[in-house]
Amino acid sequence: MTALRTPLYDWHVSHGARMVEFGGWDMPVQYTGIVEEHQAVRTAAGLFDISHMGRLSFAGPDALGLIQHVWTNNAATMKDWQVRYGLVCNEQGGTRDDVLVYRWPYGWAMVVNASNRPKIVGWLSQHRAGRDVQIADQTLATCMVAVQGPKAVELCRGLTDADVSQLAYYHGVATRYRGDQCVVSRTGYTGEDGLEIMLGAAHAVELWEDLLARGARPCGLGARDTLRLEAAMPLYGHELTEEIDPYQAGLGWAVKPDKGDFIGRDALLRRREDTSERRRVGLELEGKRPAREGAAVLRDGREVGKVTSGTVTPTLNRAIAMAYVDPACTAVGTALEVDIRGKPAAARVVKLPFYQRAK
Amino acid sequence: MDPKKLRYAPTHEWASLEGDTCTIGITKFAVEQLTDIVYIELPDVGDHVFKGDGFGEIESVKAVSDLYSPVDGEVTAVNEKLANDPSIVTNDPYGKGWMVKVKVEPGTTLDHLLTLEQYEKQVASEGH
Repeated sequence: MTALRTPLYDWHVSHGARMVEFGGWDMPVQYTGIVEEHQAVRTAAGLFDISHMGRLSFAGPDALGLIQHVWTNNAATMKDWQVRYGLVCNEQGGTRDDVLVYRWPYGWAMVVNASNRPKIVGWLSQHRAGRDVQIADQTLATCMVAVQGPKAVELCRGLTDADVSQLAYYHGVATRYRGDQCVVSRTGYTGEDGLEIMLGAAHAVELWEDLLARGARPCGLGARDTLRLEAAMPLYGHELTEEIDPYQAGLGWAVKPDKGDFIGRDALLRRREDTSERRRVGLELEGKRPAREGAAVLRDGREVGKVTSGTVTPTLNRAIAMAYVDPACTAVGTALEVDIRGKPAAARVVKLPFYQRAK
Repeated sequence: MDPKKLRYAPTHEWASLEGDTCTIGITKFAVEQLTDIVYIELPDVGDHVFKGDGFGEIESVKAVSDLYSPVDGEVTAVNEKLANDPSIVTNDPYGKGWMVKVKVEPGTTLDHLLTLEQYEKQVASEGH
């Protein structure tokens, strides 16, 4: 199966982006360099093509019911235009995906990971039962771009009819971009302030070039990864899998068993009490060698965990990693070792996130 | 080092032979492919290196690559500055970014390596 292309694919290629296959899509991993792009987001504004992410819309009287059934967080307490993060879990409490749910006055939307789009679409179909809900996969008909950084929102002044600088964090608005319908939300995956914009696919290049002209710098998936890692945000397939439950990942705040029943609820209540399971921690390594996914974490020569993501963080200029380790090793300050291709590197558990933007 | 006077391995290392000392580094092309170099692992003085075998690693933000020795010999010098500042390689891969110096057997030549013209042809054909 050949990879899918976003509406911005030709732009990326003609502007020298290095392309890589990700989640079934041909995506830019970098334009000029991961470190430069990362720094642009931390200091000014970076622009990401995130059209590969799955965009699903829900309409009908039973839309809320279906979302509540498959999602761990509580959609019933969301206000119109609010956006909320939560998990879709399997019956054993393991994570099928981490998603954002959007509540509109006229329906709902869910943004899912690109690699999980077929899985979640299938899951919704499997569990809809007789509910009166219409689900549409809007992914191919739309584009999505993220503008992220301390200057991002200011740079978008006047971009749309609505004044997006007034948007509260984790809220959205339906408005128009040069006459075309779009949705803007104050959300992101970088740890910086910023916006994510969903628009009809036909207008993608126009929006992209407009944002560049306003001063945003194109950034690829390489920087997206180093940014989210610094901000300790999980990446599905690394910190979240079908075997890992949200509590292990430190995402218990996105699980609301009191809201009522949902798929995986009983298993999650049991797993919440299970003190034997490995938990996600942040590691800071000595030296400049990054640990990579799959590297063993050791204490006194014994394997106590595994790295799920690692890099040398451009902002802090240190080797950092996220790992799942035995409960006895999770205390901040615990001295551990990471096996990097046969050589041990000293590491210690640090508080997450590694980076937090100034308020 | 003048790139025109160097010889090249298909794996993107360059070599320069003066007397029985061979200086080794990586090419500008390799540096451009790696972009953000975060770590370079080099052998110790006294280690033996073997033609075609790995002698170290170079790591970028995204991935790690092996460095291959173009000659047999004994390491007599290692560029210690690279450990603290890998950007030296990025900025000056043929000069200050040299990596190791290797003492080779008398009579060793670099004839088995590519000329600049041959190397550039290879790079062009790799479709980069």
